[in-house]
Amino acid sequence: MFNRKKFLRNWPDLSFRIVVTVITVSAFLFVLYPIYFVVIASFSDSTLVNQGQVILYPKGVSLYGYSQIFKKPEIWVGYKNTIIYSFFGTIFNLTVTLPAAYVLSRKDFAARGIVMKLFVITMYFNGGMIPTYMLIKDVGLLDSPLVMIIFGAVNVYNLIITRTFFETSIPDELYEAAALDGCSHFRYFSTVVLPLSKAVIAVIMLYYLVGHWNDFFSALLYLNSDKYQPLQIVLRNILLLNQAMAGTTGASAGAGAGAYAQQFADQIKFGVIIVSTVPVLCVYPFIQKYFEKGVMIGAVKG
Amino acid sequence: MKQKKKISPGKAIRRDWQLWIMIFPAVLYIAIFCYGPMYGLQLAFRDYDFSKGITGGNWAGFKYFMQYFQSPMFLPTIKNTFVIAFFSLICGFPVPIILAIAINSIKGQKWKRSVQTAVYLPYFISTVVMVAILQILLSPSTGILSHALRAVGIVGEKANLLGDPSAFVPVYVISGIWQSAGWNSIIFIAALAAVDGQLYDASKVDGANRWQQVWHVELPAILPTIIILLIMNMGGILSVGFEKTFLMQNALNKSVSEVISTYVYNVGLKSSQFSFGSAVGLFNTIVNFIFLVIANQVSKRSADISLM
Repeated sequence: MFNRKKFLRNWPDLSFRIVVTVITVSAFLFVLYPIYFVVIASFSDSTLVNQGQVILYPKGVSLYGYSQIFKKPEIWVGYKNTIIYSFFGTIFNLTVTLPAAYVLSRKDFAARGIVMKLFVITMYFNGGMIPTYMLIKDVGLLDSPLVMIIFGAVNVYNLIITRTFFETSIPDELYEAAALDGCSHFRYFSTVVLPLSKAVIAVIMLYYLVGHWNDFFSALLYLNSDKYQPLQIVLRNILLLNQAMAGTTGASAGAGAGAYAQQFADQIKFGVIIVSTVPVLCVYPFIQKYFEKGVMIGAVKG
Repeated sequence: MKQKKKISPGKAIRRDWQLWIMIFPAVLYIAIFCYGPMYGLQLAFRDYDFSKGITGGNWAGFKYFMQYFQSPMFLPTIKNTFVIAFFSLICGFPVPIILAIAINSIKGQKWKRSVQTAVYLPYFISTVVMVAILQILLSPSTGILSHALRAVGIVGEKANLLGDPSAFVPVYVISGIWQSAGWNSIIFIAALAAVDGQLYDASKVDGANRWQQVWHVELPAILPTIIILLIMNMGGILSVGFEKTFLMQNALNKSVSEVISTYVYNVGLKSSQFSFGSAVGLFNTIVNFIFLVIANQVSKRSADISLM
């Protein structure tokens, strides 16, 4: 028998669970479907993709797009550059940020307050695009690959996260004990602090790494030479070329060669998207478990 | 008790020289690359002279600011920037909070993990790729999303979601939510995880249902976080992301997609009007700063929560 009273009493909690399920399932699908679609489209026959027939699984499996990518030299140049910028850039970021964060976490450091203030101001106030461009030009980094490694060496937000981690997770007594044994700051930092801070190092390393990998802005502004362009710029150029081609084929409808070129251009486009994104997505799951910890630490003291 | 003995600055430096060495690279970097451009802001008040550099030109006073205020692009760029920022904030701000509350109340650990992994993911996709995906899905001729939207009648038969000026802001805002709502929810999830379990138990004893727990336990717990983030977002109200706007911009939608930052790029950098571009950029920064201060003051008075 339907127990009306019991149902009414439980209904709010039940409805809550229904709403939660609906929200999470739709968020899951909303986020993943576009990515999934690009993946299946990259393996499919692009005519079928353009006809809207590829929706749930690949059709007319073809690796044409990928095979073409491997023949495009500019993609390899972009790849090589991005790997170099990301690798050395991240190392440079960490060698500058980590020691600075350690120093700012030391309460006995005399200039702590003023340095921190000067750093935080830059989060809210900056010179803007053109003065920054002029500066890059004046220090001779314009159209130099070094700009991609040096520029952005300290991200103040990452610095604060790291500093707060050092302050809250590493007990002061540890330093006092080490100092009594005659341990210097250099040694204490490298043999005690760093090994205890793997979580926060992993998080900011990922932030910096992804920042370099996805950087489009700096290259657009500060690099001219084709040989220095990173993957994101190459990717953008390929996609623009595609659009232009789509425009011309649209105008001369029925032109067999145009449609043919368009079809393959499309497949290359899907492939390029996948190839440029996969490396980042491979790193991410390994570091994911640290995210909440990392973000929360940073949030404690903004 | 006596206070700790103060040591002289000279002695402190001798004691802490290793600390000074460790912080030196960061200070040097910030001084050159953050304060350097601030010094270069004087460009906005000078006539830029190619042969003499930033500090060589003659003083021009507020000439370039007046030029911007009187230019036909002044109102459109301000309006476009505001509209995009406003809708991004209004529509984008509540989503991570709702998402966080939902994720926090998932019982099954495996499903919870999966949802989290999924929703954080788009944050790591580059803007170039995201805009490319948009162009694929929304292409008027071949995009499956534009076909689907047409089929259910949300958009008209002839709609071009990539070109129509009326479609720009919705596409910008929704794709922004797609990319960052999950990531922005992390901070709320972390705050919710810190809620004392006893509060839930106590509210249950008082007869609260799950909805009431959200209202009386969870929301108050994350309120400070919400306010801080709101203040910080207000501070960025006029800093609409350059990359995404630039990448989504095309000849058809330029009337709504030309924001201050893209304007600075197009006029200041592409056409080498460095002084004019600097002035526009500085104006933008100042407006942002004013908004930040106002939001900070309001929340300080009303909720006693502030950044500084």
